[in-house]
Amino acid sequence: MSVGRTLFAATLAGMLALAVSPASSQTLRYANQGELKSLDPYTLNESTTSAHLGHVYEGLVARGKDLKIVPALAESWETPEPTRWRFHLRKDVKFHNGDPFTADDVVFSADRVRAKGSNFQSRVPADAKVVKIDDYTVDFILTSPNPILTALWATWYIMDKKWAEANDAMAPTPAAATTPSYASLHENGTGAFTIDSHQPGVKTVFKANPNWWRKPEHNLKEIIFTPIANPATRVAALLSGEVDVIEPVPVQDIERVKASPNATVLTGPELRTIFVGMDQARDELLYSNVKGKNPFKDVRVREAVYRAIDVDLIKNRVMRGLSTPSALMVAPEIFASKDFTRPKLDPDAAKKLLADAGYPEGFEVTMDCPNDRYVNDAAICQAVVGMLARIGLKVELLAQPKAQYFAKVLKPGGYKTSFFMLGWTPDTLDSHNVLHDIMGCRDDPKDPNRGEANLAGYCNKQFDELADKVLLELDTAKRDLLIKQAWEISMKDWAYVPLHQQALAWGVSKKVKLTQRADNQVLLYWATKQDE
Amino acid sequence: MLAFTLRRAIQAIGVMIAVGIISFSMFRFAGDPVNQMVGMDTSGAERAAIRKSLGLDDPVIVQFGRYIGNAAQFKFGVSYQFRLPVSNLLMERMPATLELAICATIFAMLCGILMGVYSALRRDSWLTHAFQAISLIGISLPTFLIGILMIYLFSVTLGWLPSFGRGDVVHIGWWTTGLLTLSGLKALIMPSITLGLFQMTLIMRLVRTEMLEVMRTDYIRFARARGLTTRAIHFGHALRNTLIPVITVAGLQFGSVIAFAIITETVFQWPGMGLLFVQAVQNVDIPIMAAYLMMVSLIFVTINLVVDILYTIVDPRLRSTISRAH
Repeated sequence: MSVGRTLFAATLAGMLALAVSPASSQTLRYANQGELKSLDPYTLNESTTSAHLGHVYEGLVARGKDLKIVPALAESWETPEPTRWRFHLRKDVKFHNGDPFTADDVVFSADRVRAKGSNFQSRVPADAKVVKIDDYTVDFILTSPNPILTALWATWYIMDKKWAEANDAMAPTPAAATTPSYASLHENGTGAFTIDSHQPGVKTVFKANPNWWRKPEHNLKEIIFTPIANPATRVAALLSGEVDVIEPVPVQDIERVKASPNATVLTGPELRTIFVGMDQARDELLYSNVKGKNPFKDVRVREAVYRAIDVDLIKNRVMRGLSTPSALMVAPEIFASKDFTRPKLDPDAAKKLLADAGYPEGFEVTMDCPNDRYVNDAAICQAVVGMLARIGLKVELLAQPKAQYFAKVLKPGGYKTSFFMLGWTPDTLDSHNVLHDIMGCRDDPKDPNRGEANLAGYCNKQFDELADKVLLELDTAKRDLLIKQAWEISMKDWAYVPLHQQALAWGVSKKVKLTQRADNQVLLYWATKQDE
Repeated sequence: MLAFTLRRAIQAIGVMIAVGIISFSMFRFAGDPVNQMVGMDTSGAERAAIRKSLGLDDPVIVQFGRYIGNAAQFKFGVSYQFRLPVSNLLMERMPATLELAICATIFAMLCGILMGVYSALRRDSWLTHAFQAISLIGISLPTFLIGILMIYLFSVTLGWLPSFGRGDVVHIGWWTTGLLTLSGLKALIMPSITLGLFQMTLIMRLVRTEMLEVMRTDYIRFARARGLTTRAIHFGHALRNTLIPVITVAGLQFGSVIAFAIITETVFQWPGMGLLFVQAVQNVDIPIMAAYLMMVSLIFVTINLVVDILYTIVDPRLRSTISRAH
C-alpha cells in the first residue's frame, strides 16, 4: 500500500468511525510464536493451528468459554440408542462462498477426515457409518457405545462438499504432500472470519464475515496475524503498541509487561500437565551404570524419585509462581482431583527407600528433556537433577531442542530414554486419553495404539481393564468412579511423577478485552477493542 | 586465460559438491522431520506412512544421490512445513533479504568511508576517539544484542521505529519492495544498521589504515609541493587510491552480509530467506535447509569467481604469475 493510499485509508477509517457505530471497526494485530502453516483443517492436529483455523471453520459442536461442549453447526443432538447419535443441523448457515450448509457436507467431511493423509482420523471412528436422513439431519451409527464421541469435534471442522469437488480438494492434504493443494492455501468455512490474504510464515489477514450466522461478540473488522518467533521482539512489539495480543509471554517478562502503561498479561492454569517418567519396561536401562537389571522396575525406587522432587520449589523458583502442582496426570478441569493429594516430599524417606531397594549409594542415569517445548522446560529438568542429587542419584541432563528430543524418545525413535520429562494435554479433555495413550500397556496385540505415548512403559493389566470400561461406560457417575479407581492404581504403582500444570501467559494491550480459555486457544471472536 | 577461468569454474563446482555433502550429512542430526509435521498423538502406522512417502526409509546412498541429482537441476522439492515448492518460497523471500543486504552494505560503505577518512586525517580529535569506540562496539557486541537494544530504545521507549516486519510493501512483478512506502523505509532503518554495523567497522578501519599509508607516499608529497588544495589532495588523490581495496572487501563481504542476515532477520522478524532458514532448522524442514545452504554457497562461489577473473583482467602482473606457475 502506498503512502497516499495509507493516508486515504486512515482518513476513511477515521470518517467511518465517526459516522458509523463503533461496531466492527477495529483492526486487531496478533502475534504468536508459531506460524500458520496449512489452511487445510485436516493436515496438522495441533492446538495452535486448530485455534487459528477456528476463526474460519466451525464444527458441529463447539467449546464455550468454560470449555463445555455447546451446539454450533448442529443445533441439537440425541442418542436414540447407545450406538446411534442423531444430529439436527442449523438451517440458516452459509459457507463463505455462499454455498448453503447441509447434511451432505457433514457426510463429506466425515469421509474426508477419515481418509488417508488426514492427521485427524480419530475424530470419527473408522467403523462408524454416517447417514444422511434429510438435508438437515445426520445419523452417526457406531459399532460400540462411545460416551465421548463429540469430545473432539470442536476442532473437527466441517468443509463444503461442492467447493472441495470444484477445486479438486476432495482428499485431505497429507503432511507429506508433494504438491500444494488448493485447500492448503484457501479456505471456505462457515466461521466468524474469512481469510483475506495468507502468506505462509509471514502474515495472514482475517476479515470479519458479515454473513455469520451468530451475532458477533467481537467488534473487529479485521485481524492481522504475524508470527514473531523471537520472544524479546514479540514482547517489544506488544510494549510499543505495534501488536495488540501476543502468545506466549516468556515467564521472565511477565512482571515487566504488567508494569508497562499500555499492556498487561492474562495468566491462568493451562490444561497441560508436565510430568517425569522412568523407563520400567526394559530389563536393563539404556543410559545408566546399573547393569543387568533395571532399578526403575522396583516400585521403591520410583517412590524415592517421586518423594525427592520438590514441586513447590519448582513452582516458586523456576516457574516464578506460575504453575499449579498436580497430584494427577490430568488437570483439575479434566478430572476433579479433590480426593487426591500429592504424596509428601520426603528426601530422607527417599534415601531410605533407595537403600532398601539395594542402592544405598544411588546410581547414575541420563535424563532426556526438551529445551524449547514447554515453559522453562530445561530449567525444570535442571532443578529435578539437583533434587535427585540430594538422595544420591547422579542424573546427567541431556536437554535438546524438541526436534531432536521427540525423535529420540517417542515411539518411532524406539522410546530411547531411561528418564524423561514430557507434557501432555488430552485433546478430548477427558481422562481416558491419558489412561489409554500415556499409561496403557505398550504392545497390546488387540489394541496396537494403546500406550502409544507411554514413554515409561508402565504396564498394569488391571489398570488397562479399567480404562476399557471407562471407554464404554455411558453413566457419568459410574464412569467417574472407574476413572478414580484407575488413578488410585497408578498412584499406588508410582507410575509417573506428575509435576504441575504450567500457566498460560498472554500479553494483551489494555485496549483489548479477551477471554482466556484454559486450552490455550487464542480465540479472537471473543475479543473487543476500544477505539483508538 | 581461458584455461584459468575453466580451472576456477571446476574448483567452484568442487566447492559446491563439498557443501552439498556437508549439508546432507548435517541433516541426519537435525532430528526427525515427521514429528514436526503431525500432532503428538499420531499413530505409529501413520508416521511410518509419511516417512515412506518422503523417502526417509531409503538407504543413505540413495537419499544422497536423489538430493544431489535434484539440487543440480535446481529442484529442491516441497517444504515439509508449508507444503509449497521451496523454490517459490525462496523467490518470495529473496527480495526482502537482498533489499536488507544492499541497504546494510550502502550504510556500511557510506559511514565506514566517512568515519575512516576523518579518523585518518584528524588523528587526535575527540570525534576520532569516539569513532574508534563505536568501531570497537561494532566488532565486539553480538548482532542480536545490538538489535534488541535498538528495539528497546527506538521502538519501545521512543516509539519512532517499528520493532518488527517490513512495513507495507509494493509489488513490482514478482519483486516486493519496501523502499517506496514510508512504513517500509522506517522498517528498514534498524535492521540495516544492525546488519551493516560489523561491515562498517571493518571498512572504517580499512579506510583509515589505507589512507594513512597513502598519505605517506611520494605522489601525495609531490601534490603538496605543487600547491594543490588540501581538499583536492585528500579526496581527489588519496581517497581514490584507498577505495580499490575497500570495494574489493565490500564486494567479498556481500556474501557474508547475506549469510549473517539470518540473525538480524530473526531479531526483527524480517520476512527474508534467513528467517525462513531458522524456522526450517527448528522444524527440521530439510528441503528448505538444503536449498538455502546451496544457494548461499552459490552466491559465495560466484562472487569469488568473478573477483578472481576481474583481478586478472585489471592487474596484468597477476596474469603473468598465473602463466608462470602453470
